[in-house]
Amino acid sequence: MYLISQTKYAYFGYFCTRFLASMEAKKNELKEITILFAGDSGDGMQLTGNQFADTNANFGNDLATFPNYPAEIRAPIGTVAGVSGFQMKFGSTEIYTPGDECDVLVAMNAAGLKSSLHKVKKNGIIVANISGFDRKNLKLAQVETNPLEDESLANYTVQQIDISKLTQETLKDSALGRKDIERSKNMFVLGYLYWMFNREMKESITFLNQKFSKKPEILEANIKVLKAGYHYGDTTETFTTRYDVKKAELPTGTYRSIMGNQATAMGLIAAAKKSGLQLFYGSYPITPASDILHELAKHKNFGVKTFQAEDEIAAVTACIGAAFGGAMATTGSSGPGIAIKGEALGLAVMLEIPLVVVNVQRGGPSTGLPTKTEQSDLMQALFGRNGEAQTVVVAPRSPKDAFEAAYEACRLAVCHMIPVMLLSDGYIANGAEPWAFPKSSELKPFKPKFPNPKDYEEEPYMPYKRDENLVREWAVPGMPGLEHRVGGIEKEDLTGNISYDPDNHQHMVKTRAAKIDRIANDIPLQEIDQGQSTGKVLVLGWGSPYGAIKSATKILLEEGYEVSHAQLRYLNPFPKNLGEILNNYDKVLIPEINDGQLDILIRNKYLIPSIRLCKIKGLPFTTNEIIEKVKEIY
Amino acid sequence: MALTAKDLVTDQDIRWCPGCGDYSILKQVQSVVADLGRKREDIVFISGIGCSSRFPYYMDTYGMHSIHGRATAIASGLKAARPELDVWIITGDGDSLSIGGNHLIHLLRRNFDVNILLFNNEIYGLTKGQYSPTSHEGKVTKSSPFGVLDHAFNPSAVALGADSSFFARTLDRDPKHMKEILKRGNEHKGASLIEIYQNCNVFNDGAFFTFTDKETKAGNAIFVEHNQPLIFGNDKNLGIKLDGFKPVIVNLDDGHSLNDLWIHDEQDYMKATLLSRMFDAPSKDSMPRPFGVFYSTDRGTYESAMEAQIAEATEALGKGDLDSLLAGNNTWVID
Repeated sequence: MYLISQTKYAYFGYFCTRFLASMEAKKNELKEITILFAGDSGDGMQLTGNQFADTNANFGNDLATFPNYPAEIRAPIGTVAGVSGFQMKFGSTEIYTPGDECDVLVAMNAAGLKSSLHKVKKNGIIVANISGFDRKNLKLAQVETNPLEDESLANYTVQQIDISKLTQETLKDSALGRKDIERSKNMFVLGYLYWMFNREMKESITFLNQKFSKKPEILEANIKVLKAGYHYGDTTETFTTRYDVKKAELPTGTYRSIMGNQATAMGLIAAAKKSGLQLFYGSYPITPASDILHELAKHKNFGVKTFQAEDEIAAVTACIGAAFGGAMATTGSSGPGIAIKGEALGLAVMLEIPLVVVNVQRGGPSTGLPTKTEQSDLMQALFGRNGEAQTVVVAPRSPKDAFEAAYEACRLAVCHMIPVMLLSDGYIANGAEPWAFPKSSELKPFKPKFPNPKDYEEEPYMPYKRDENLVREWAVPGMPGLEHRVGGIEKEDLTGNISYDPDNHQHMVKTRAAKIDRIANDIPLQEIDQGQSTGKVLVLGWGSPYGAIKSATKILLEEGYEVSHAQLRYLNPFPKNLGEILNNYDKVLIPEINDGQLDILIRNKYLIPSIRLCKIKGLPFTTNEIIEKVKEIY
Repeated sequence: MALTAKDLVTDQDIRWCPGCGDYSILKQVQSVVADLGRKREDIVFISGIGCSSRFPYYMDTYGMHSIHGRATAIASGLKAARPELDVWIITGDGDSLSIGGNHLIHLLRRNFDVNILLFNNEIYGLTKGQYSPTSHEGKVTKSSPFGVLDHAFNPSAVALGADSSFFARTLDRDPKHMKEILKRGNEHKGASLIEIYQNCNVFNDGAFFTFTDKETKAGNAIFVEHNQPLIFGNDKNLGIKLDGFKPVIVNLDDGHSLNDLWIHDEQDYMKATLLSRMFDAPSKDSMPRPFGVFYSTDRGTYESAMEAQIAEATEALGKGDLDSLLAGNNTWVID
C-alpha cells in the first residue's frame, strides 16, 4: 500500500502518464507525493517549501521535509552552487522520509533544474519558470542548450510558466520596486501548487499577515501574487490535472508542525520546568545549531537565561558555572564547536555536574560541510577529550523526537550528575514533521539530587559521597554548611580534595566509568521497531537515518524479507539487552552517515561481524539505498 | 555569628613555595571577606590554572579550581544564574591575559558584578619559569634565553580598553594598601579588576622590588587617591602636573604648588587612561608607577539587565505556559 518501492513507482508513473495523457480527469488520487523546490538561494524556496508543508500538515497529511541549501547567504546568483533546495514528501499514509525520487520538481531557474533533475522520476512533473531559462541563466548554470527547448526533458511532463513575468503583470499597479516584485514570485509558485494539489490558501494568508503586518504594501503584493498563482492554475487550459492526496490516517490527537532545533529547544525548556530548575543556555552561533539559541531567546518569559558567549569555550564554561550554581545548564553547537569545548567537557566529567551538550552534527572534519548533514561526531561525543572522560550519549531520530531526546538528556544529566551529549544533526535540525505534541501533565517530572543541609549538621558534607548509582549530591552555593571545593585536578574519593594518590586515581577513573555503566539500569531496554525478534537481518540505526530505515524495513517486510529494525536512542551506555538482541540475527547491518563509527563501537563491545553501510556525502540515506544493501547481504 | 578570618581557613595544606607573595594575598583576602558581613555559603571563589589558582582550596567557602583561563567565563555563568552570590575570581597573568584573555575582556565589557584578583608575577611559575604576557621585552627566562621578543601587556590599559568599570593596582608587600583596595573592589557594583603585583621568589624574584623596597619605593611608586593631588618622592616633594594630556613631574620645592598638580578623579576615564600609560620601566627619568584605584564608575551590571529583561518579557508575554509553548500557534486535530 506504500508507494515507495521501485514497482510502486512504476505504478505511479503509469498513473501519471495515463491521466496526463488523457487530460480529462480533473483529479488524480495519490497516496503520497515527493516534491522538490529548487531555485536561487534568494528565491525564497525555504519559505515556499515550509508554507506548502504547513498547509498540507494542517490539511491532515503526514509529511517530512528536507531543506538543502548552500552555506553562503547569497551564493553566486544563477549558479548550481547557489541552488537552495527544499524537498518534502506528504501523503495519506505514514511518512518517514522526505522521499527518494521526486514526483514534482519546481525549478525556478536552469541551475535549479540542472542540480535536481537526476532526482525526478521518469514521467515526473517539472514546473519550470521560463524567465529562469533565459540566456543569462543558462550561461550561469553552464548549460549549453535550453532544456525547455531541446529534447532533454522528453521523459518528463514539463509545465512551463513564465512565473517572473506573470508576477510582474500581477503587480503592475503596485508601488513596489522591481526587486520587491521579483522577490514575491515564490508566492506565485505556492499559489499554483495549492491549486495543483487542491489545497486552500488561508493558512498561508494568515502567515503572510503575521509576517508582513508592518509592511502593508508587501503584504498586499504577496497575497495578490499567491492568489494569481492559484487562479492561473484554475483558468489556464494548459494544465488540467489536479492531484488529490487525502488526509492521512494518523493516530488521533492534536498536531502541530515541528522542526528539530525547535523541538530540542522545547525539550530543554520542558525539562527545566518539570524539574523545577532554571534553564541556562550558553552558546556561540554556529550552523546548524543557532536556531536552538534563537528559539530559546524568545522564551525569556519562562525564565530562560540565554547567554551568547564570546566563543565556544566561554559558552560551555559559563554553563559549568551555572550548573555549579544549580541551574539546568545546556549548551549547543556543532562538531567544530564541540571540539573546542573538549577541555571544559572534561572538567564537567571531573566535577560530576549536570550538563547537556547539544551537538547538531554537520559534515566534517574541520569546517567541513557547514550546511550539510553527517553523523560523524559519535566518537567525538564518547571519547573526544583528554583522559578517560566518557559522557552519556543520546540521539534523537527525527525532528519531533528531538523533544523527547532533549528531555531525556536533561533527566539523565540531572539525575546522574553527569554531562550528556545530545547528538542531533543538520537533517533533524532543519527537517519538519507533524507532531502530536504532549500535554505538560504527561511529562514525567524528575528531581535534582539537592542535599538537605539539615542532614549535615552532625557529619561533614562529603561532595563525592555517592548513592547506589554512584551519583553524588548536588550541593550548590547558598546551602549553609555544605561549602566545598571542586576542581579539575584528580579528587580524593569522598572529600573531593586534591589527590595524587595512584590507587585513588585508578579508583576514581573506574568509578566514573562504572557510574556510566549503571545508567543502563535507568534507561529503557532496547526494542525492535519493526520485524521479528529473531531473523536474518537486523538493521541497527541511530539518529536521523531512522526514517529511511523504517521505510525500507516496511517495504522489505512486505516483500517477504526476514528483516528487523532496531533504533538506538542510547549510544552510551547501550541498553542492557542490546547484546542479546544482536545475537538473535544472522546479520547486523548498521547504516550511518559516517565511515562506520557505531559499527566500531558495536564490534568492540559485542564482538560481532556487523556490516556497515556508510554514506558520507552530506546527504541523508534514501530508502532505496537501505533496501539494496539489505538485499545484497541477505 | 560574624565570620572571622580564621573561619575561612580550610584543612588543606598550603602548597605555595615558602616566601611566595600569594601567602600575603590569601591572608588579606581572608581578612576582608570575613568583614564583608556575607554568609559563608553565599561566597564563591573561582580560579583557573596557575600557582595562584590553588587559592579556592584554601578558602572555606564554595569554590572551584577550574581550567586554564576560564575562571572568568565560569564565573560569568555562575553570576548570570545566581546574581545574589558574592563571586571572586582568582587568576594570574598567564591565566587571565594569555590563555584567558578573551574571557577577561568580555567579562569586563559585560560588567558582571564580580571581583577579579589578578596575581601578576610577570612569569609562569607553575610550569617553572617561562615568560608570561606581562614579562617585559628582553627578559631572560627559561623559554627566552636570549630575551623576550614579545611586547608586554599592560593590564590596566587592557582593562580600560575593555571598558572595565573598575580598575585598581596594589602590591603583595603592602598588605594595608591591598586590604583597602580589596574592600574598594568588593564595594564596587560591577566587574572590579584588581591587579596585584606579586613576587615569585623562585622564578622572578624581585620583579617589583623597585616599588616595594624602602630605598626605591617612594621615588618609583605613586599611590593615587580620589580628589587628592598626585604626590610622590621620599619627601613627598614631587608631584605630577598635566601639561595638556601629558603628565610631567614637577618639584614642589621649585615653586610649584599643590594647586598646580593633577588631582586624581576616579570617575574620569580619560585621566585613568593617562594613569594606565604611566608604565615605563623604572629609570631615573621615568614616571612613577601608579597604585590605587585608577577608575571606578557605575554602570548597570549584566546580571541585573538579564533579570530585568526576563521580568519585562514576562510582563509583556505573561508567565510562560508550557502547554501553550508545546502547542505553538498553529495546530490541527485528527480524529
